[in-house]
Amino acid sequence: MEVEQLQRSFLEYIAALFREGFLDGQFSQLQLLQDESNPDFVVEVVSLFFEDSERLLNDLTKALDQQNVDFKRIDAHVHQLKGSSSSIGAHRVKNACITFRNFCDERNVEACLRCLQEVKQEYLLAKTKLEALFRLEQQIVAAGGAIPILDEFS
Amino acid sequence: MNLGAKPMSFSSSSSPWKSNNGVSDQFPAGLRVLVVDDDPTCLRILEKMLRNCLYEVTKCNRAEIALQFLRDNKNGFDIVISDVHMPDMDGFKLLEHVGLEMDLPVIMMSADDSKNVVMKGVTHGACDYLIKPVRMEALKNIWQHVVRKKKNEWRDKDLDLSGSAGDGAMQQKSSDDVEYSPSTNEGNWKSAKKRKEKEEEDEGEDRDEASTLKKPRVVWSVELHQQFVTAVNQLGIDKAVPKKILELMNVPGLTRENVASHLQKYRLYLRRLSGASPHNNGLGNAFLGDAGFGSISSLSGLDFQALAASGQLPQHGLVSLGRVAAKPAISVDQRNIFSFENPKLRFLEGQQQQINNGKPVNLLHGIPTNMDSKQLATLHQSAQARQNKSTPVVMSQAIPSGVAARSKMDGVHGPAYTSVDFPRTQRAESAANSFSLVSDSGISCLTSKGMAQNEVNSETKRSRNVYLNHDIFHEQNIGRNQEWGVQNVGPAFDSAQLLHLPGALDVSSAVLIPPGFSSNQINKATALVGSTPGIGQQINSSLANNSLVIKADKLPEMGFQNVLFNEQLGQQDLMTLYKPQQAGIEPVENEFGFDEYHLDNLIV
Repeated sequence: MEVEQLQRSFLEYIAALFREGFLDGQFSQLQLLQDESNPDFVVEVVSLFFEDSERLLNDLTKALDQQNVDFKRIDAHVHQLKGSSSSIGAHRVKNACITFRNFCDERNVEACLRCLQEVKQEYLLAKTKLEALFRLEQQIVAAGGAIPILDEFS
Repeated sequence: MNLGAKPMSFSSSSSPWKSNNGVSDQFPAGLRVLVVDDDPTCLRILEKMLRNCLYEVTKCNRAEIALQFLRDNKNGFDIVISDVHMPDMDGFKLLEHVGLEMDLPVIMMSADDSKNVVMKGVTHGACDYLIKPVRMEALKNIWQHVVRKKKNEWRDKDLDLSGSAGDGAMQQKSSDDVEYSPSTNEGNWKSAKKRKEKEEEDEGEDRDEASTLKKPRVVWSVELHQQFVTAVNQLGIDKAVPKKILELMNVPGLTRENVASHLQKYRLYLRRLSGASPHNNGLGNAFLGDAGFGSISSLSGLDFQALAASGQLPQHGLVSLGRVAAKPAISVDQRNIFSFENPKLRFLEGQQQQINNGKPVNLLHGIPTNMDSKQLATLHQSAQARQNKSTPVVMSQAIPSGVAARSKMDGVHGPAYTSVDFPRTQRAESAANSFSLVSDSGISCLTSKGMAQNEVNSETKRSRNVYLNHDIFHEQNIGRNQEWGVQNVGPAFDSAQLLHLPGALDVSSAVLIPPGFSSNQINKATALVGSTPGIGQQINSSLANNSLVIKADKLPEMGFQNVLFNEQLGQQDLMTLYKPQQAGIEPVENEFGFDEYHLDNLIV
């Protein structure tokens, strides 16, 4: 019972994430990749994403704080953040990165700072929501259940 | 729990068999993939996806490490997937390296989907370009690139095998095939050049290789590539031709085709680096051939070059040209020269020893035409070097040997040169140029001639001289590849040449002087040697010869190749030259020997 409730909560939650654009089809791909040999695959990959993103965001903050802003470097960082966020399906983070890159091309420091803020925000949101999702998963597993997958997104 | 339907129904094992050729019943399962990406998230995802495709995956987050993997595990991977933007090395650079060293299919990927980046992937030779985020479906089919590449390689090898003759067919092939075309041309050219010595060997080898269809793909490990680069640098990138590279590398099992295709890639790679365009070795080869023949006649370099460049004039052809031009007497002369052998043999042996040391001493001995020119060129160079030192010595040596050789010959005046067809000389100018150079040497020749005459009497001396000459030339020849042409014509050299090119020296071989030569130059030379009319004439001829030779030598490309040839052919030439009554010895070859003959006649 409890398991089913947990599973239902999980499904509702994840559906909302998809609906609100926090996650996209790529996340489902990750879920599909998870199997018996890699039972924690999604968590593992998303954790990698968190680590990498925080590093990139720090670098970006530093780079934009310079006297002479190195736009090439910033662009490279943003590009990578875009790549990793798209790989895990962090949809809104990816979009924020795209916007960021456009302003980077214009070499607009002010706009870039704003974009950085935007990206950071989206990132934190995504992180919070995914962590909540994983907690739900753990609860389900702890209760002896299996983690459901939203088929329509796979 | 629904884990999602797996598209493939393979065994549950996630690490498929380990096989080195990637081809098996389970193919594409077990495909060995190396994935390179500095983004840990993407890397992990790709790894998992590829494992789910039942591929054997090695992941790597740095390009340098990836290259190391590839180098350490030759034949350990079937395909490489690499990100474009990486901090330590640009993905395209990695792509180039892999293409050059290992010749594996490489897939590029990036979150960047802009057209120019994708185009860059295409131009750098990536076999595919994936846009991130990469989906499973995209990875499922990457095995097609492995199969396609193998198929192309086999097809190329087949075509290459079936067609040294099939150049046309080969050129119709894909770009992969193109790499064989130049090498084939080079091969043809080289065959022509080395016809006497190695052509059959080489061709035989090629054919043997060709007959083993579907040679295994060569993996260019870093060691192999280093050997390759060393060989290329040794040869000089402009003169590096697959056959030579192959020889220098001395790797068993490596074929000229392998080297040729690798060379093509390497040239492109260098071109990209420096913007310089690769040199056409074929031309160089052509020059070499010319050099060989140049000495023989006015055909020197220029004519031959043209012919050689077109790859239409095999050595053989040149020889035959000489023959055609040559009068019957020439062949007779040559025989005479051979009969002469005894005296010559003596120093011949000595020389041979010297030759063994390395260089085209042969020139002095009337090396076969082909080689002669080269050797002559070498001698020229050597002569140049030696000028300061031992002009007189050289002269004396040269003369005696020539004289000695000739003494027994009777009036076989070297039509050799005559035959050589000055008419062919279209390069009057160059001949003229060299001629003038020769003139200078003529003087020295003249001088030493006197000395030489004294020594004529003693064969021993001759031998000594000969040796000396050879030594000189030998040393000069060493490493003198580049110094063709004018430089070569030093007094010492000239004299040596004169002496040793009795044919040229032959009075009657005014013929030697290409029609194009200005009379002034000839007169100059004559004046120099005025006192000894016979010799003078000889000198003229030899000068002409020299000029001819020089001309040939001037071809920069020849230098290097000449040296190589000299090394290879020198001894053989010498042997050939002195082998008596060798029917096979062409008149052209005998030119130098012929010269000696003439010289002898004159002096005696």
